[in-house]
Amino acid sequence: MSKKYRVLIGKPGLDGHDRGAKVIAQALRDKGFEVIYTGIRRSPAEIAAAAVQEDVDVVGLSSLSGAHLRLFPAVVEELAKADAHDIAVVGGGVIPTEDIATLKAAGIREIFTPGATLEEVIGAFQSACEEREK
Amino acid sequence: MNIATIIEGLSRRDPRAIGRAISIVENHDPDAHALLDSLDPAKIEACLVVGITGPPGAGKSTLTAQLIKEYRRHEVRVGIVAVDPSSPLSGGALLGDRVRMMNHALDPDVVIRSMATRGRLGGVCGSAGAAVRIMAHSACQVVLIETVGVGQSEMDIVRMADLTAMVLAPGLGDDIQAMKAGLLEVADVLVVNKADLRGADALLLDMESVAQQRQDRQGRTTRVCATIASKGDGVAELVQIFNDMNEMFQKSGEKAQRRLQARRYEVIDWAVELIRPRIADSVADKAAFNGDPMLLAQDILVGMGLQTKKD
Repeated sequence: MSKKYRVLIGKPGLDGHDRGAKVIAQALRDKGFEVIYTGIRRSPAEIAAAAVQEDVDVVGLSSLSGAHLRLFPAVVEELAKADAHDIAVVGGGVIPTEDIATLKAAGIREIFTPGATLEEVIGAFQSACEEREK
Repeated sequence: MNIATIIEGLSRRDPRAIGRAISIVENHDPDAHALLDSLDPAKIEACLVVGITGPPGAGKSTLTAQLIKEYRRHEVRVGIVAVDPSSPLSGGALLGDRVRMMNHALDPDVVIRSMATRGRLGGVCGSAGAAVRIMAHSACQVVLIETVGVGQSEMDIVRMADLTAMVLAPGLGDDIQAMKAGLLEVADVLVVNKADLRGADALLLDMESVAQQRQDRQGRTTRVCATIASKGDGVAELVQIFNDMNEMFQKSGEKAQRRLQARRYEVIDWAVELIRPRIADSVADKAAFNGDPMLLAQDILVGMGLQTKKD
């Protein structure tokens, strides 16, 4: 396989709890993905700019602060501004069930909440990458 | 985005086009030919390519981030190719160099690309040279290549860059002894980072003596520089050293000589890279492996018409 899937894991906003983001990043690495990690406390614009420069297939966002309704859609908007609508966005964290529909309507492809398995999360990255390749 | 749009976007410095272009080369996409053919040799020629190498934990990424800041202070458009290792088990990679460079994420004149080695062992990835040229074409005046953490023999960077800085830090004593016969011998600038830590003075003296010896024995100039990258100390001096050396190498013809040599190596590398899948197929075909591996390799090359059979 010459085409390697590249993904970016970002933590928008002010919470610094990045254990989850790192677990996902390592699990993706172990499944053969090239994972760019941006570190904590990034703005949606910074994450989108990094995703464009790195030409990733998928952006994965993690939020445990409760600000996901504002931050996740902002990343989708910033990507669109940069002419990168084709880069998929998935998200996870402490997210109330009732917010999921709102986030999906705003263009977040998949949302994972506590209890989601690594297989499910990786599967979402995998299918988004495969779709972009077509 | 089609290839014509990408090529057109590169000259507009469009970040999306730059990102796509590097992927095309990295993935050996058929469009790579047209793309690489369209790059402006004059811009590539004018660009300064600096290799930042050194053992893991010496502070390469932190120093690179400070170098970006310093170049931006002088309004230099700068590109960064940050290489991290691919996992030998999964083929995946965790590319984390960007974490320290995120302060520049919104600056349109800082072009950062993280790349995985994808099986290459020389400390750089196969497509790093092409990534540098794409950045140079899109008006980056300086491109920094940050290698993986290296030991003693990852020489690819020295072949590829116009200048190579070896970043060292105190407390890695035995490693440094081990490196003396390797990279340390060929780097142009020896950077003693973490200069506020215990042992830095001794390391600095050591490096100065390495530089002096090289001057005495080979007539080669090696500069030594102390930095505290976490605070930005010494970084302006380091950029000054890069500029001075670059000017010196341009005048002496050393830069042209190095570029020519770099091209030769890169052509060889690509030729091997491009033929590797065919060789891999031949190996897979040979079900029974009897005989010496070197002789089998010769058989394969003969079979491909690349070598004539010797009796």
